[in-house]
Amino acid sequence: MKLHLKGGRLVDPVSGKDESLDLLIRDGRIEMIGRNLSADSSFRSVDLRGKVIAPGFIDMHVHLREPGFEHKETIETGCAAAAAGGFTAVCCMPNTNPAIDDESVATYVREKGKSVCDGLVDVYPIGAVTKGRAGAELAPMAELVQAGAVGFSDDGSPVASAEIMRRALEYSSMYGIPIIQHAEESTLTQDGCMNEGFVATRLGMPGIPSVAEELMVVRDIILLRYIPKARYHVAHISTANALDHVRRARKEGLDVTCEATPHHFTLTDEAVSGFDTNTKMNPPLRTADDVAALKEGLRDGTIEVIATDHAPHTIDEKDVEYTQAPFGIVGLETVVGLSLTELVDAKIITLYQLVEKLSTNPRKILSLPPIKIAEGEPANLTLVDPVVEWTVDLAAFHSKSRNSPFHGRRLKGRAIGILNNGSVRLS
Amino acid sequence: MKLKSRHLLGLEGMTKEELRLILDTAVSFREILDRPIKKVPPLQGKTVVNLFFESSTRTRISFELAERRLSADVVSFSTAASSVSKGETLKDTARNIEAMKIDMVVIRHAAPGSAHFLSRVVDANVINAGDGGHEHPTQGLLDMYTLREKFGSLEGLRVCIVGDITHSRVARSNIYGLTTMGAKVSVCGPETLIPREIERLGVKVYHHLEDVIPEVDVLNVLRIQLERQKSGLFPSLREYHRFFGVTKEKVSRAPKPITIMHPGPINRDVELSADLADGEHSVILQQVTNGVAVRMAVLYLLGT
Repeated sequence: MKLHLKGGRLVDPVSGKDESLDLLIRDGRIEMIGRNLSADSSFRSVDLRGKVIAPGFIDMHVHLREPGFEHKETIETGCAAAAAGGFTAVCCMPNTNPAIDDESVATYVREKGKSVCDGLVDVYPIGAVTKGRAGAELAPMAELVQAGAVGFSDDGSPVASAEIMRRALEYSSMYGIPIIQHAEESTLTQDGCMNEGFVATRLGMPGIPSVAEELMVVRDIILLRYIPKARYHVAHISTANALDHVRRARKEGLDVTCEATPHHFTLTDEAVSGFDTNTKMNPPLRTADDVAALKEGLRDGTIEVIATDHAPHTIDEKDVEYTQAPFGIVGLETVVGLSLTELVDAKIITLYQLVEKLSTNPRKILSLPPIKIAEGEPANLTLVDPVVEWTVDLAAFHSKSRNSPFHGRRLKGRAIGILNNGSVRLS
Repeated sequence: MKLKSRHLLGLEGMTKEELRLILDTAVSFREILDRPIKKVPPLQGKTVVNLFFESSTRTRISFELAERRLSADVVSFSTAASSVSKGETLKDTARNIEAMKIDMVVIRHAAPGSAHFLSRVVDANVINAGDGGHEHPTQGLLDMYTLREKFGSLEGLRVCIVGDITHSRVARSNIYGLTTMGAKVSVCGPETLIPREIERLGVKVYHHLEDVIPEVDVLNVLRIQLERQKSGLFPSLREYHRFFGVTKEKVSRAPKPITIMHPGPINRDVELSADLADGEHSVILQQVTNGVAVRMAVLYLLGT
């Protein structure tokens, strides 16, 4: 495969480049970079004027559901959704069945990832913090690191025990790998199914108070202060107050990072008013003040990562009473469009910052090698049209599931292709 | 004039005119209830299914009577006899029943929004008979009817709802309906049973009955569920009765008699003293009678 990418704007936070350049790609490698390159007719020419070339995007928080819940998603369909959404890598959370809590499951997931979608999407497993994600005993973390785990999380559930969290931070610090916390003080959330506040009061719905997230983040930061060698990442941060604690801890010099999802910076709990179960996720949609705080956190760099928490569920699982429905929505095929629309087009962050949050920063947090866009390097790229207007259509999703609240939403900008491991996908 | 929606899911968002239409329509049905022959023909040939996924005696009987007095064919279904225990989803249950060609569904269910959900998956008219802690619109309407009957108008009427507001669909429907009609609504209960930011619904919050009693015309006393104590929301029934129970001694300090309401069933001498429940200012049994008339009005307006 030979490609001549013509006239695209290269946005590369690794080299600091932001300029219009041509790229020649041969057999999955970048052969040449320069202005107005010419190539012979054996190169397929791709006109990228007005488009963006970025280092391949990574979504560090997805649920691929395999093994165990293949009716919702498989590694293959999840990777197809990732590829369509503009991602050359995903990190899959360990709440599978069996959980990714030993070498064999981690290896299975990684190998399966290589065998699907022409290897376009690198699948990096996140290992469980505790055996079976049960919260009681540490999972074999060293073994999991060897098997390719790039982070640890019991996501879906918090690491509730302070003692276990302490030991997890200590143990993982030997490998420089972050503990990714689903920050929720469960005694405060119980049977809650939406943000506790005015809208829940109006709807008579059991609430999930914002302090449940805040409290867990504060506890963990205090532990981290005690174990400063460790690295700690807050998954899907959703509240203004928790974010404030992260901001202060970072100023203090602690290794704390966090991610925000597109739904948390786009929607508020008002969206629950019609009882659409595609507005049910954990953490829940919060208030307008929280959304404003997340945007500020994205702008000032406190939130270094945008991740989707892609959580597929079948139509039948979601088409039930609100309180009965499982938490979570799919996100891989809307995140780039939502981020461009809600953040870049709205002038909250620049396109350059967006590329950092979708590529460079998460790779740094997970200690993955940086993607080099340079002659001789493998081509791991995401191509973006930042201005094309389109309408989200669930029927066109590549994911096995359709649980998204964004059906019919008009967006500005989307990924138009990826290159990785010698394969190419152009839409 | 007609109602805007073909379902009755809640009183939130209904206009004054719509609420007035239901209450006015109920007046003529209320008269029918005093006749020797209480049956009228408007729903002849229509089939109404009562789907009760939560135990209820009063509401179910009230709906059934209202339906039969409008000459509808009536089928009732409750959890014990349902296929829910066999793992069937609400959607499947409802669609199967609808496939038997029915016209209206009355649903009582523990999940907030379940009536909304049902209205999306079936074509029949849906009437919410209580969805979790969300709404119980016909209860709100019958409370409004009863108050209007007694006071002539709801405008400016001072009503306090006492008890567990957080989990109460009765409270919400009353708040939505009464505030729309211009009443001054307050709530009184332990802080642990008052939902956050409820003031934004236009109600005043009290925690001490002695503060609220001099300020109101009506106390609508809610049933306290013992399970709330087990989940740590209040210390004991004894303490609840002492500080939040409505008693003759407490209301005697009001400048003029206070009207007593209760949606039933009453825990006598817990949230409400027996002498008040049975006393001259209690309208609790009128509420029950009016409930049938109000439900007839709703069924009539949606079903014809």
